[in-house]
Amino acid sequence: MTSHEKSTRKGWALSGPALLWTSLFFLAPMGFVVAVSFWRRVGGTLDRTLTLDNYRTIFEDDVFTTALRSSLEVVLITVVASLLVAYPFAYILAYRVPARWQRPLLILAVLPFWTSYVVRSYSWLLVLAKNGVINQAMMTSGLISSPITLANTRLATVIGFVHFFTMLVSLTIYASLTQIPESYRKAARDLGASPVATFLRVTLPLSMPGVVVGAFLTFVLAIGDFITPQILGGGNELLLPQAIMLQVQRRGDFPLAAALSVLLLVVVGAVYAVFARRLSLERR
Amino acid sequence: MRRIGTLLRTTYVLVVFGFIFLPVVVLIVFSFQDGAVSVPPLRGLSLRWYGELFADGRMMAALRNSVLVAVVSAIICTVLGFIAAYGLARYRPRGAAALRALLIAPLGVSYLVIGLGLSLGFSELGIGRSLMLVIIGHVVINLPLAFAILLSQMNEDQEQIERAARDLGAGEFHVITKVTVPMLLPGILAAFLLSFTLSWDEFVIALLLTRFDVTLPVEIWSALRTGLNPKTNAAGTIVFVLSVSLLFVTYWISRRRIGGQRR
Repeated sequence: MTSHEKSTRKGWALSGPALLWTSLFFLAPMGFVVAVSFWRRVGGTLDRTLTLDNYRTIFEDDVFTTALRSSLEVVLITVVASLLVAYPFAYILAYRVPARWQRPLLILAVLPFWTSYVVRSYSWLLVLAKNGVINQAMMTSGLISSPITLANTRLATVIGFVHFFTMLVSLTIYASLTQIPESYRKAARDLGASPVATFLRVTLPLSMPGVVVGAFLTFVLAIGDFITPQILGGGNELLLPQAIMLQVQRRGDFPLAAALSVLLLVVVGAVYAVFARRLSLERR
Repeated sequence: MRRIGTLLRTTYVLVVFGFIFLPVVVLIVFSFQDGAVSVPPLRGLSLRWYGELFADGRMMAALRNSVLVAVVSAIICTVLGFIAAYGLARYRPRGAAALRALLIAPLGVSYLVIGLGLSLGFSELGIGRSLMLVIIGHVVINLPLAFAILLSQMNEDQEQIERAARDLGAGEFHVITKVTVPMLLPGILAAFLLSFTLSWDEFVIALLLTRFDVTLPVEIWSALRTGLNPKTNAAGTIVFVLSVSLLFVTYWISRRRIGGQRR
């Protein structure tokens, strides 16, 4: 046995426990989900003959096509809004704030990240409720005369999402911006580019890795999230994860829930395939 | 012109900070609300809801369960992640890229789907839902992070030191326990604390894999059904304070490490 073979064996042996755990409790259940998605629920039991019925249901029943479309809409709005809020924030932090203040400010900005996810959505409910902080503030200041409906709408879901992902995306964009050598921007200015041109043709393109990674993470995490749409959206509009949970908890239709999960995995996989080559925070 | 620019920038940063902190501030402020509803106006301050929270047997049991699940799952994540990262970094086995991809893979899958898979799989095997299953699920989602953190902390200088220890006659076990672990202690603690924090806060998997003995996020979730209540604010505030303290411990440890390297 060559020494390389020996170290290959040792390396795999040491990774063994982690591999075993991931195989048993991740790969196997995922395989099982795929298998169940081809079964059918008959009464209270599972009919294990392979069928495409669940997938047919998903694409023929308006409830599910609407859920998929709503999910994609909500998540795309979330991605765009988070980037629009986070980019200027990260830019100011990276270029206009003295270096020694940058890290403390960044840590402060992601602090609410560490509130419990359920509790954070609940706090937004307190803010957006009919008699909540925003409505009362606007009524006291005379902006509106009667409370407006904010909670239990798509807007509430988007606000909850944008809040969470602004923190995340600020981090990835900040990381990209600080990797751009200052000399690049200086050179552009020296060669006569206006500040706007410098930004559009030098800074923005070079910060794209952070934008892409942030957008991808936001997409993946938001489209699979059940909590925010459930608490803030309030069941007026069904998103994909809520549709899955509904099958699991109310209907007990596990094959349909499994098929919807496979659909979710396929959507995430497709987006990953498109972005895979660009998903690295380091510049090449 | 310049001053207007600075003013605009400062305003923008303040507005974003306001947006980010708004729900947290509301959460904390109304946990001290004397009245029975957690909406303005604020009527008097009191610790009444904290008292009720600590007197609430179900909440306290859920809190204990959460800590138990988080501690056990974080230990398993750290141990498995450490030996896997060690094997990969030190022996550079053939197929290392595939190995790494496999161990990281769960990060790309929604917690909901992972929870559903485990719940379907275990019920197929006739295993009932319990905190044990939640621990298993939390290791699945946090192992990739613990592994990635520890792998990023391993470098070739450490390998030289380990080689020196081996040349001086230390066996493999002693090299790991007496040399590698102490060298990597900051990374190990960071991996542990991150796994702990994420497990302690996780909701969907815990919801799908428990029945009677639940964790704190699940208990808070059921409390939400009965309406907005300052007791939930008190519970949320405690979760927040604990998570942030852990975060600062992690940050402090990682800073100490940077200081130590400079020396």
